[in-house]
Amino acid sequence: MVGREKFDAELKKVQDLMLELSNMAINTLNDSMDHLLSNNIEGALTVINNDIHINHMEEEINDRVILLIAKQQPVATDLRRLMVLVKAASDMERIGDYAVNIAKETIRIGKDEHIAPIHLIDEMRIKTIAMLKQILDAFINEDMEEAKKIAKLDDEIDEMYGHAIRTLLSVGVEQPSQLSQITQLSFVCRYLERSADHATNMAERLLFLLKGKHYELNN
Amino acid sequence: MMEKVLEKASSMNNQSSNIVYNTQQLNLWYGNHHALKNIDLEIKENEVTAIIGPSGCGKSTYIKTLNRMVELVPTVKTSGKILYRERNIFDADYGVEELRTKVGMVFQKPNPFPKSIYDNIAYGPRIHGIKNKKILDEIVEKSLRGAAIWDEVKDRLNTNAYSLSGGQQQRICIARCLAIEPDVILMDEPTSALDPISTLKVEELIQELKEDYSIIIVTHNMQQAARISDKTAFFLNGEVVEFDNTDVIFSTPEDKRTEDYISGRFG
Repeated sequence: MVGREKFDAELKKVQDLMLELSNMAINTLNDSMDHLLSNNIEGALTVINNDIHINHMEEEINDRVILLIAKQQPVATDLRRLMVLVKAASDMERIGDYAVNIAKETIRIGKDEHIAPIHLIDEMRIKTIAMLKQILDAFINEDMEEAKKIAKLDDEIDEMYGHAIRTLLSVGVEQPSQLSQITQLSFVCRYLERSADHATNMAERLLFLLKGKHYELNN
Repeated sequence: MMEKVLEKASSMNNQSSNIVYNTQQLNLWYGNHHALKNIDLEIKENEVTAIIGPSGCGKSTYIKTLNRMVELVPTVKTSGKILYRERNIFDADYGVEELRTKVGMVFQKPNPFPKSIYDNIAYGPRIHGIKNKKILDEIVEKSLRGAAIWDEVKDRLNTNAYSLSGGQQQRICIARCLAIEPDVILMDEPTSALDPISTLKVEELIQELKEDYSIIIVTHNMQQAARISDKTAFFLNGEVVEFDNTDVIFSTPEDKRTEDYISGRFG
């Protein structure tokens, strides 16, 4: 049996980088939500400043994959694995961007006391972070069954999103003076919901890697 | 596995009229060595069919069987059928010369005759009785144009073919093959002795030639098979493991052995 040690070693480096990028993006999103909930402007600024590291890691993954394709000419599953890594890295980089957007909302809200439905957003956060960790585990283990479960979680988060938005709007009717914060929190809900969509994208990419066919889990 | 290959081959070729070669349960032995085992393959016209597989898998033996060149080995025995245009080439009354007029072959190393460029190309037509200089001139020009080398040699047709570069010599051999107006061109690793630029020229030429000919190419270069062929057959230990559209073979092959081989994890 002949192996492809050089290819496999380079691939492992890209996979390790992807894991590091994903952990960093998920933790940043979680931290950014903590800063929002605790009105921590300093923390929010740190999230914004650190985003550059996530961006650089995504660029490094792209560069390494391009070199691997050019030098090793992978085909079939090897090639799909690289393409999927590039796309999944882009998904995770976007999650880093949502963390930055949430940090900006935190700065806008400043030290104002939060309105009542903030707990709904925290519940969304808990579920979204759990979903992101789950898809990351599925990705590492190339576990198709776990990937398929992601669609259901996404539906649950969509439902939480709808509920949170409706609640925020009803608060807006009762307390028009809070409209500014309601708008900012609505955006935060949207960023969390989009993060969950990216987790679903990653699940679809994993299924494509394993089966060589395109799947649509969002329907 | 064989049923699957058969089923796939038949689904890919539901019109028998455009099948050039239909190989049915072909077995071949060199003495006691069973070199080809129950081969079933259908080759369609105006397509490039690539045969890939590790050394000793039987791919060269297979294409040398298609023009019965393999019979030059004294210990060879065969069973099964190869239908060329629906007629079994192993039939007792099938003349091997007739077959080879229809089926040209290009080899790994360019093998021009030690003659002028013109005489290399005119050799086959002359053997077939064409003496008229005007007709021969036309055939030589048409063949050299067909092999995409006319512009490079038109002003030195009387120089020895050996004076050309390896890539040019190989295209002269392709032109020599075209001069007898074959139906099929067999190519046994035609670019393995060529530099990358010459390889690219021959690959481009193959793409042009498939408009008029059916081409079967044995290649060790998997990127080449992926670049130029419509169908790919993966041979292993004398068997066809998988035969499918090249796009499928190089993206989602069905058999793990195919995936291992094309991914460079097998040998």
